[in-house]
Amino acid sequence: MDWALLLDKTILIVIIFAVSLGIAAYSTYGERKIAAFLQDRIGPDRAGPFGLLQPIADGIKMFTKEEIIPTASDKFLFIIGPCIFMMTALMSSAIIPWGKSFNFGGHEFSLQVADLNVGLLYLFAVVSIGGYGIMIGGWASNNKFALLGALRAASQMISYELAMGMSIVALLLINNSLSLREIVDGQAGDGNVWNVVRQPIGFLIFLICAFAECNRAPFDLPESESELIGGYHTEFSSMKLGLFLFAEYVNMFISSAIIASLYFGGYHFPGIDSLDLPQNIAAIVSIAVLFAKILFFIFFFMWVRWTLPRFRYDQLMNLGWKILIPLSIVNVLVTGAWITFFK
Amino acid sequence: MHGLLSSNNQITPNTKTELDMQLTNRSKVVVKHDLNWLEKLYLPAIFSGLAITIKHLFKKSATVRYPEEKREIASVYRGQHVLKRDDKGRENCTACGLCAVACPAEAISIEAAERKKGEENLYREEKYAAKYEINMLRCIYCGLCEDACPKDAIYLSDRIVPTAFSRGNFIYGKDILVEGIDASGRVDVSKRKKNYEMEGSPKQPLLNK
Repeated sequence: MDWALLLDKTILIVIIFAVSLGIAAYSTYGERKIAAFLQDRIGPDRAGPFGLLQPIADGIKMFTKEEIIPTASDKFLFIIGPCIFMMTALMSSAIIPWGKSFNFGGHEFSLQVADLNVGLLYLFAVVSIGGYGIMIGGWASNNKFALLGALRAASQMISYELAMGMSIVALLLINNSLSLREIVDGQAGDGNVWNVVRQPIGFLIFLICAFAECNRAPFDLPESESELIGGYHTEFSSMKLGLFLFAEYVNMFISSAIIASLYFGGYHFPGIDSLDLPQNIAAIVSIAVLFAKILFFIFFFMWVRWTLPRFRYDQLMNLGWKILIPLSIVNVLVTGAWITFFK
Repeated sequence: MHGLLSSNNQITPNTKTELDMQLTNRSKVVVKHDLNWLEKLYLPAIFSGLAITIKHLFKKSATVRYPEEKREIASVYRGQHVLKRDDKGRENCTACGLCAVACPAEAISIEAAERKKGEENLYREEKYAAKYEINMLRCIYCGLCEDACPKDAIYLSDRIVPTAFSRGNFIYGKDILVEGIDASGRVDVSKRKKNYEMEGSPKQPLLNK
């Protein structure tokens, strides 16, 4: 066992864990602020300057609320549901390359927890398990609204994972790799462009599916507070509810990171290599570039949420099965044909 | 609108011109039709929607941060009531009960008492209100009490009734309603008085007009 490697990874995991949770916390603040601005309001501004302490106040509120476990619920599953959801949301951050490597006196410090050569497959596996968190939580509540929400979440996630997978297949044909590090590096350097230019249809499909996978508006049918009260988290209270709500924002953060990595060059930007920066500076710049892209996509998630109304259930299924899946298959065929005949 | 109306024989030219009258030019006739392929994509509509919301990001917010910031109110605003005193600091109210009778919300209750010897500097008339209560939750701020008052005693001022934690705290007694004797305690109702003076003196209710 290489102790230096273990130490490196432990430090990195702790940092990523903290940053993910921090960004998720401030996403709740950002969401409320952006919602307010888009509706000509001000939003939270009482807790601290500009309301910046609001997420902390919300966190304290969540922790100190009364913990209610319904008597008719399956207690073990009721508790494990939100835990699974939160855990999978955090696990998917392991394969994301957060920037170029640092170099401390000859010691390479990689900013990726695990450079799996099956990175994207791992991502899909983890995201699929996330669906279980919602399903188990909704089913264990023993409440019809929660059950309906859980059912919707399950069917929605399965439907949209297919199209998402197919859009990734087209990406693989171009990049010849499942490793996220290689996909990101394949978008930089001479003659290479961002994948969004090479795969515009695939990007659109992936983006729509990412919205659906995160249960974000306009695909927030599992929650749909106006029809199902709170959907799968109707019966949850206190920090278990907090975990569900929080995990949604962690998911959003990770999805934004993956969209940025897969289609927008990750931590690269055009011309980054011509600057000829020292390695450690270049690493810091690359982190900043990636986070700028991530923040933009988080903003985009919110922007869409406060623009579009929710889909009806049949519209959701029509869009998934009758439009996105055929479109993604055609996209794979066209990409394959292009590679076969023109490369 | 023209297309819709011309197909309908029932509408006479006279009503047509009436219907054509528009307050703004922003109204838009929406005709239901089958979507063409571009509209079926929904993407143009989604992008135009996103464009509309992003424009609002840069607009000034309409919020008034209430306790710190107060919105401008009309000079004749009908807010919290005041029971007036005359120049010598004596209460004008004579507890005739006309305000309570006029009140459509039955928010006012009065108990009258006779002025004792030595109280001439407190009350202007021989009879005065020992208890004068207005339930601010029942009050609809119509100003009819002001119209009804023959003694120039009650007016609605431009002060906003503050919030309270219990219903009981909204029943205002004389301690809150009667204005102070010294200059700093006086409540200026000249703007509302003007309303009546325009109609001629003495005070003549606007309601009868």
